[in-house]
This record gives sequence, C-alpha cells and structure tokens, in this order.
Amino acid sequence: MQETNSGGAAALVPHGPLSVSDRLAKKALRHFKERLIELLLLGAAFVSVLTTVGIIWVLVSESVNFFGTVSIWSFLTDTMWTPLFAEPRYGILPLLAGTLTTSAVALIVAIPLGTTIAIYLSEFARPTVRELVKPFLELLGGIPTIVYGYFALMVVIPMLQLLMPELSGFNMLGAGIVMGIAIIPYVSSLAEDAMRAVPMSMREGSYAMGATRLQTAFRVVFPAALSGILSAYILGISRAVGETMIVAVAAGMQPNFTVNPLEPAQTISAYIVQVALGDLPHGSIGYQSIFAAGLSLMLMTLALNLVGHVVRRRYREAY
Amino acid sequence: MVSVATMRMSEQTAADTQVQPDAAAGAARSLNSPETTARIGSGVPVKASVENFSFYYGDFKALKSISMPVHEKRVTALIGPSGCGKSTLLRTFNRMHDLYPGNRYEGTIRLHPDNTNLLDPAVDPIEVRMRIGMVFQKPNPFPKSIYENVAYGLRIRGERNRSAIDDQVREALRGAALWSEVEHRLHDPATALSGGQQQRLCIARCLATQPEVLLFDEPTSALDPIATASIEELIHELRDKVTILIVTHNMQQAARVSDYTAYMYLGELMEFGETNQIFVNPTRKETEDYITGRFG
Repeated sequence: MQETNSGGAAALVPHGPLSVSDRLAKKALRHFKERLIELLLLGAAFVSVLTTVGIIWVLVSESVNFFGTVSIWSFLTDTMWTPLFAEPRYGILPLLAGTLTTSAVALIVAIPLGTTIAIYLSEFARPTVRELVKPFLELLGGIPTIVYGYFALMVVIPMLQLLMPELSGFNMLGAGIVMGIAIIPYVSSLAEDAMRAVPMSMREGSYAMGATRLQTAFRVVFPAALSGILSAYILGISRAVGETMIVAVAAGMQPNFTVNPLEPAQTISAYIVQVALGDLPHGSIGYQSIFAAGLSLMLMTLALNLVGHVVRRRYREAY
Repeated sequence: MVSVATMRMSEQTAADTQVQPDAAAGAARSLNSPETTARIGSGVPVKASVENFSFYYGDFKALKSISMPVHEKRVTALIGPSGCGKSTLLRTFNRMHDLYPGNRYEGTIRLHPDNTNLLDPAVDPIEVRMRIGMVFQKPNPFPKSIYENVAYGLRIRGERNRSAIDDQVREALRGAALWSEVEHRLHDPATALSGGQQQRLCIARCLATQPEVLLFDEPTSALDPIATASIEELIHELRDKVTILIVTHNMQQAARVSDYTAYMYLGELMEFGETNQIFVNPTRKETEDYITGRFG
C-alpha cells in the first residue's frame, strides 16, 4: 500500500531527488531483503520438518537392524518382553498393554475433569475467577513430570492402599490417576479455547429462546465447539501415550501383559528409560530394541494425530 | 461490551443502504391506503408500554426516558441513525442486556394483559424470554439439524412428546414459509441452508414456542434483496398472529412493513406515530430531515 503511494507520488513529481535508476536500485535492494527474510522464515519452518525427518530416520534405520534379528511377527505377537533374560524375547504386547492401560486410566480422569473445567471457565466463571484459576492450571501443566511421578508414589498410591490394602506399591492405577491430573491443563485449556471461539451471537440465540446457562452450555456451545474439544482429547491421549516419568517412577518396571490397572506394569516409554539408564550394553540387540519400541510409540501418536485431523474436519462447524 | 461492539458493527453495515426519500414516502403511501389506516385506528390494544425508560452501559446513558406504546398484533419499526439506541431498546424487551455486566435499566416496560414489568429484578429474564422471541441481525442457527433447531425451544421447555414436537416443528416451519423447502431434509444440518433460509429458520425457531412478541434486530441487513423480500413478506403475514418490533436501517423497509414507527436520535425518542403519518407528514423537522435523507 505504502509502496504504491510513494511510487505514485514520485511519478507525479518529475524533478524529484531520485532518478529512475536510483529508485529501481532501491527497489532491487528491497526485493533482495524481502527474499532474504522469506528464506530465513522458511529455514525456521524447516527446522521442525528436518527434526521430524531426522528422528524418523534414526528410528527406522536402527529398527531395521533390530528387525534383522527379531521378526516383526514375533515382535507384534509374542506376549513376553524379556530383553534381560538369557533367552531374550521381544514381544511388544506387554509394553503396549501397559501403555494403553495407564493411558486409559489417565483419560478417565482427565477428560471428564478437563471438560468440566473448560465448560466452567468458558461459560460460567466470572472474569475475575477465570483470571485466578487459569494461572493455577498453567502451573499444574508446568510441574515437572518427575515430581508428579513421586507424588504418585508417595501420596496417591499410599492413599489407594488405604482403600485397597493388597495393592502393590507400584501400580498402573496410581500412575494413571496422576498422569490424568498432569494432562488436565492440556485438555481444559484447548477445550476452553474451542468453546470461547463459539461466537457470542450463537449463545444469544439460545438465551433469547429462554434457555438457561446450563442448557446453552451443553446444548449449543458444547456441540458447536465439538471439533475443538475432540482435538483437545486427542492431544490429551497423545500426551498420555507418550508420558514417561510418571509411569517409570510409579507404575513399576516389569513388563506385565495385563490390562488390570491394579497390577504393576511397564509402558513403552518406561522401558526406553530403563534401557537409557544403562541396564543393557550399548549396541546390543536389547539396546536396539528401544528404537523398535520408540518407533511403535511414534506410529501410535502419528495415528492419533491423523485421527485428530479427520475428527477436526468431520465435526467442524462453520459459524 | 460485546453487545455494543456487535451493534456498532451492524449499524455500519446497514448504513450503506442509503435511503431514497421519495421512494420511501411513496412506499408508505401505497401501503397505508385508506382501509389500512382505518384498520389501524387508535383503538388498537397495547401489548407493551414503555414508560420513562432509561438505559445505561456503565456510566453512559444510552437511552433517555423513553415512553411509547407497542400495539398488539401490529408491526412497530424503530428507526434512527447509527448509535441512536434503537437496538439497545429492542434488546431490552427480552432482557438481553442482563447477559453482560455493567448494564442498568431505569423505568418500566409493562407487558399486557398481565401488566408484568419486564425490567423488574424480581422477574426472571428467562421467563421474559420465554414470552418474547428474538431474531438477530445475522442468522444464528444452532449447530444442529433443521428439525432440532426448531425443536430447541420446545425441548428446553421440557417437551418430551415426540409427535407434539413434530407437529409444532411443522407448524412453525410453515409459519416461517420454509416448510416446502426443507420438508424432505429436516435432518440435514441447518448450516447447509442459504442465508435467507437460515433467517427464516431462526424465525421458525421463535414461532415454535408461540411467543407473544417477536423482536427483529435488523433481520435483513445480512441478506440479499430477494431473501430480504421474502423476510418482509413473512413479517407482513406474521403481524396477524404476533406483536412485532423491528429495528431497521432501511427506511423503505420500515415504510413497507410497519404500522407504527418510532424515530430515535441520540438515545431519545424524537417521534412516534403511525408509519403513514411519520413518513408522509412528520411533526418534527428532525424526523423529516432523517427520512428524506438530508441527514443520517
């Protein structure tokens, strides 16, 4: 806009201070600067692409070595994961069961609580209350997960043991509950954003029909924001599946093929931690197994992201 | 705060529709033929009466002691330049201002025959909104099917009987002249309808609960001329069943659809009268200037 204006003004003044070639040179310089900045921005954007590609490359290439020794079939179907045994077996199912069980417990905690918090903050809370509560939620999201892990081990599991005396000191229930608390902020803040993005005119339409705040929140705002809310859930699931420290500390370290949350079990991420701690010699097949485990984890999150993408498109409301 | 912003926006968009003074007056004349005028007369019962009503956005006095009647089963138009408070007045009738903090009412708006003061803090705004429906400037269907949009008011009133809901939805859609266009796709999303259809759906949504008064806040400013014509025709048909208040920026529209007109300026009611009289023979110079396009 400015450019055309000044250009036009200069053209109207024939005896201006700049000759045509001067002005063209200036333009070329500006053009060069614009290109440079554009390239810098492109480079910044590519950092994330390159990182992802790099990670995939490492995971795949190391996994190829692993799968040279262990067949993909036995990896996917064997029900034992015993890399430290003399006769090691590498079946991902026990780790997968641990991951899914802890995640399920976490989601049972995080989705109802996160959604309730989001509805309250977006539709009911006075601005002053909202400004007070949101920093606390953000703080909850900022607590290091290792702290959560010990919170599960030292506080939540002993409390659960009061209710169920026979519960083991490490179990998926305690770890899952605390993991759920840890991901509440992710779910609630995204879901709240989605609901606040619903235009006021839609709420007014509902109120004008004589609806209460509760009816408006549940019958109009929630369905209108459904695509964003489901994205929030899927992000929550991704976080739960990939969450490491809480389960490593509190869920136990033995691979255990079970979906009973009262039992201890190891998750994929916790196994990777265990190997990283140095239990297995570098370069051994056991060591390489972490890449296969990592690849499985990444494929799961990738699948979740794809589902999220489809869901967003499917339930998006045009308003 | 949000309400002020939306209102300003609405008034800007509609301000583009400039008035053709002669055409407006002509339309008024043709509509208000002797029979029509006779029918309106002065014996029309009053559905609502505004008495000494003032309204404040925080410290700003947006409306200054307004008094006017709203005649039963007639169309009353509120006209005036941007910022005159006509939307503010309209939104008072179903207590929309209660949704935002810092708004204050003074005076009364009585709804007849029961003489309820709509502004009484003891009166539940939800009860008021159950009796007085509202159609907004921009069509705002809910993210539901066509059927569910119309059934919304019935459902929140606790109606469970499916066949009763079916009947009322059908009646409401017929009343809003939308039935023939949607009867085969009642369960399609409402957002799939065109703008004009969406607005008629919003009218049907209100009609389903049989309100006593219908408020229209510039209902056609987001629509094309054909859709506008269909809404105006609909308003004309509805006036036999329900009391209508309409805010409009389009003077021709006020002349075409209304029986009574209130001209507002800077939060004051300048003139109120039969549309015919206001457009053809306004008593105040300011009204005439505005209507003839010399100002506003």
